Amino acid sequence: MMRLGWALVGVGFLAAVLLAWQVAADAKLVNPLWFPGPSRSFAVLWGWIASGELWSPLGLTLWRTFAGWLGASLVGIVLGAAIVASPLGRALFEPTVEFLRPLPASAILPPAILILGLSDAMIVFVVAFGSLWPVLLGAIHGFRSVDPRLADVARMLRLSRRDRIWKVQLPNAMPEIFSGMRVSIAIALIVTVASEMLSSQPGIGHLMLMAARAFRSAEIFAGILVLGVVGFLVNLAMQRIEDHLLRWRPAAVGV
Amino acid sequence: MPDREALRRHALSAVVPVTVLVAWEVLGRLGILSEDGFSRPSRFFPALARGLADGTLLEQTIQTYSAAALGLAIAVVLGVTAGAILGLLRPLERAASLTIDMLRPVPSVALVPLALLVFGFSRNMSASVVAFACFWPMLIVTIGAVRAVDPRLIEVGRMLGLSPFRRIVQLALPAATPGIMVGVRIAAGIAIVVTVTTEIVANPRGLGYGMTIAGQSLQADLVWATLAWLGLTGWLVNWLMLAGERRWLAWYWAVRT
Repeated sequence: MMRLGWALVGVGFLAAVLLAWQVAADAKLVNPLWFPGPSRSFAVLWGWIASGELWSPLGLTLWRTFAGWLGASLVGIVLGAAIVASPLGRALFEPTVEFLRPLPASAILPPAILILGLSDAMIVFVVAFGSLWPVLLGAIHGFRSVDPRLADVARMLRLSRRDRIWKVQLPNAMPEIFSGMRVSIAIALIVTVASEMLSSQPGIGHLMLMAARAFRSAEIFAGILVLGVVGFLVNLAMQRIEDHLLRWRPAAVGV
Repeated sequence: MPDREALRRHALSAVVPVTVLVAWEVLGRLGILSEDGFSRPSRFFPALARGLADGTLLEQTIQTYSAAALGLAIAVVLGVTAGAILGLLRPLERAASLTIDMLRPVPSVALVPLALLVFGFSRNMSASVVAFACFWPMLIVTIGAVRAVDPRLIEVGRMLGLSPFRRIVQLALPAATPGIMVGVRIAAGIAIVVTVTTEIVANPRGLGYGMTIAGQSLQADLVWATLAWLGLTGWLVNWLMLAGERRWLAWYWAVRT
């Protein structure tokens, strides 16, 4: 009962914010040229949905985001396992990873365009590069933190190398890999949209930049709404998948 | 006798970058890596020196980091203010949490077209997008840090008859500073990334634009040199912030240990 009450309060707060936005727009408190009210923005969004205009660019944007992200996740997990496998691997690779990690993913765009041209492959590559680091760091950390007792048990049971990786190390590293993947997918979406804006490849990012050049601000807001909903749903889905796959894990200890 | 273990670690950490650079150079000279895209590491330093000598690189560096700093400053002020209020007023935080959860996942680049309309090509265009991107981590970190403040401290303030405003500014915020500083460092990294992204995508200024324009004029060596410069300066900023944090927050760690 209490939870329902708070949910209603939350919805009320959101409605109040939307109302304030509408009132501010109607009263022309801010230049209406770049500040359309929610009614106009939602009308544009509804028009896109009704006419089916939305699906093709949205599909392209989502495809690039997921392709780059999944590729990066696979590479990150394998690379992480390889780096952690020996102390030498860690000494060799960890400093380089630490140095490359903070580089802005979008900064790879200009050289990537020079090498791969303005193409889908280029975007997917840049997205993968940008979303690699959180997964890789999560994997390194997760594989490294295997409980020594678990490692002993695995040795006692004479598990083969393959079984050790599949049955002990990977499940143990999964929570950290997943939190890396959650950070990664947000980055993947950002990098995809940025790449589309720069490279004029059809997609939501390109759509929005075109709208800005034509001063069609309601379309920009509709695009922001679409990307906001995508970001929200992706985050929710990741949470659900994580809870489901990791349900064997004892309840998380609060930080 | 220098620490041999540390020496060995440093030597090993250089193996991968040096191998990559040497392979890059050799494959470039053999013509296996295309000159137009990959250039060659031996050309990076001359390109870097050229950029530094004629001042363009320095100007772009200042443009990028001043936009990042401005956006970060706005985000810190707004995020800490809102975070302190929400952290101390639990009911308000619960009411606003749905709205925050809806707004937070909006990808920061989605605001680039809007910022372009509002601010045109300018420092403020980049800074506004940065402020949006950095606001959320600052808000979340501040709410957590304020809530972790010892409630007895606030009690003392109430006993001493301090007004709610002074309780926040003089007691809660100083006590939450170390936690907030961690947020600032995270946000600073985001600020640099977002600034460069806005410059590459739409704003003709700064290092991001420098890379784009060098790429469009097929100066691959300058593209790579600028990228390396960006990595180097970003690393330096992070190092400076860590050092500053250690110095100014020494009192906190002294109290803690």
